[in-house]
Amino acid sequence: MTEEGAFRRNFEVLGEDFYNAGRVSTEIKEILQQVGVAATTVRRVAIAAYEAEMNVVMYARRGTVCLELTPELVHLLVRDEGPGIEDIELAMQEGYSTATERMREMGFGAGMGLPNIQKNSDRLVIHSTAGVGTEVEIEVRF
Amino acid sequence: MDQLPCGSAKKTMMKRESISIRIDTARCDGDMACMRVCPTEAIRVRGSKARIIESRCITCGECIRVCQTRAISAVTASFADVSRFDYVVALPSPVLYGQFGRGVTPDRILAALEKGGFDCACDLTLACEAVNAAIEQYVRRYRGPRPLISCFCPTAIRLIQVRYPELLEQVLPIESPKEFMAREIRKTKARELRLREDRIGIVYLTPCPAKMLDIVGHPSKEKSDIDGVIAISDIYRTVLSLLPISGRGEHGERTRMSGVGMSWAILGGQTTFLKPENCLAVDGLRNVVRILNDIEIGKLRDVDYVECHTCPDGCVSGSLLVENPYVARARILGILGQLGTKPCRSERERAELYESEDFVVERRLTAQLQGPLDLDVSRAIGKIRRLEEIRQSLPNINCGACGAPSCAAFAEDVVREEAQLSDCVLLALEQLRSGQTKVWDVPPAEGHSTPDEGKEP
Repeated sequence: MTEEGAFRRNFEVLGEDFYNAGRVSTEIKEILQQVGVAATTVRRVAIAAYEAEMNVVMYARRGTVCLELTPELVHLLVRDEGPGIEDIELAMQEGYSTATERMREMGFGAGMGLPNIQKNSDRLVIHSTAGVGTEVEIEVRF
Repeated sequence: MDQLPCGSAKKTMMKRESISIRIDTARCDGDMACMRVCPTEAIRVRGSKARIIESRCITCGECIRVCQTRAISAVTASFADVSRFDYVVALPSPVLYGQFGRGVTPDRILAALEKGGFDCACDLTLACEAVNAAIEQYVRRYRGPRPLISCFCPTAIRLIQVRYPELLEQVLPIESPKEFMAREIRKTKARELRLREDRIGIVYLTPCPAKMLDIVGHPSKEKSDIDGVIAISDIYRTVLSLLPISGRGEHGERTRMSGVGMSWAILGGQTTFLKPENCLAVDGLRNVVRILNDIEIGKLRDVDYVECHTCPDGCVSGSLLVENPYVARARILGILGQLGTKPCRSERERAELYESEDFVVERRLTAQLQGPLDLDVSRAIGKIRRLEEIRQSLPNINCGACGAPSCAAFAEDVVREEAQLSDCVLLALEQLRSGQTKVWDVPPAEGHSTPDEGKEP
């Protein structure tokens, strides 16, 4: 999934860094606005990117978000070093969450993360190895 | 001599403006304070003169506050040829009541305005309370995406137009108290004085330049019901000098006011009739940005209403006010204490009021995004790539010497062909040191004076 003439940029995300959570999604949004992507699409990407970013913050040690932007689509590859997802099908269900009590108290972990990404993207592929990490591939077409 | 500036001096005709802040280039000395303080990076200082990029300006007025030479000002006294009116009404923002000494009552302030040349000065707090009722009723009936976002701080609205166009549909479509009041007072006075409605001029006394824009280029209506706007800082001294000992001059009667409406001067005033656990009151530009980010990514769907003010603690710290905002706030609280917080209407009466009056306005708010780097997406992506390359080659210390507030903003300016890479002082210095260029290779930037200029050959 590479293309000449695409724009690529990588962003680092740190596990447990709740304070900065959302920065990557804001930066991606600004890039899309500079390129002139339609507002509704920008919002879909922002939501999907934010949820993916939050998953890294909540569960993993660290991760990267690789943005690839072509005239037709936005592609996000979110890789993390973390516990991985045991049962992806289960994780895709609304309301399912492995968030700790503390996370829920902070208002996170409502089990809407992955379903939200699905809702706001045109393609979502998840690869995960328990104990190693997760790779989430998100595509939003213009 | 002590006359208010109605009808005098500037009789600027009102025209639709996109921003209400102007820079007087002759006065500007090139100080970069305004550029550094601007929250949306809308100012550039090139050739020793500051310039506003209109599509980025949200008219917050921060630049006006920091400008030492007073080159930056609000577009004032858009007093549409007041002499053509037979009767002129002043509508002061309730914030005005907190601008004077401890014992100065709203009655005395309104009386001073009438002594100063207005035929009538009207209190706005009752209208504010009526709008509170409208907010309560609208929120109760609303079934669209939540939260609703308040529409009464024009800077916050402008911020949404510039950066969060997707949230425009969540902006509350309710008329502001000043518009509501202007409409009412025009009708009442026309009847009372047997005048044609267009013979009555209505002037709003504003705490900030943004509210001026609200009227001059009204975002939601074809035409505002307000005919002109004056900055409170411009009438302050006159009002001070005309304050009567007590009461309301010859009328003597006490103005009926609302404590609920009075609280519009400070943070949280709009949410009186809402469930406190379901609404947020946010002040300060940075905080408003954080909240809008959260709303955009869908985080606050369980909140009913978000009251946004880009000034700290709300309108009481508007940039066209005189008194220290903390002192002004304490005075407002004093007035609130005297008025009490009992609403004028019961819940049922408020619902009836909402049904009988036109509070809901048609929203005409449109996105005001700065244009993309290029109209062609492929080329825009190419330019984003170049922007990123440039940004990485820059020192990234945000010194501002190039005339842009940050290295990222400068990189974008270069890509948009509004600046040259050689404007970066540190980059140029580095090249000089490494021998890649000599001093005379560095091209003079546009607008900069060169040492040779003006000398006879």
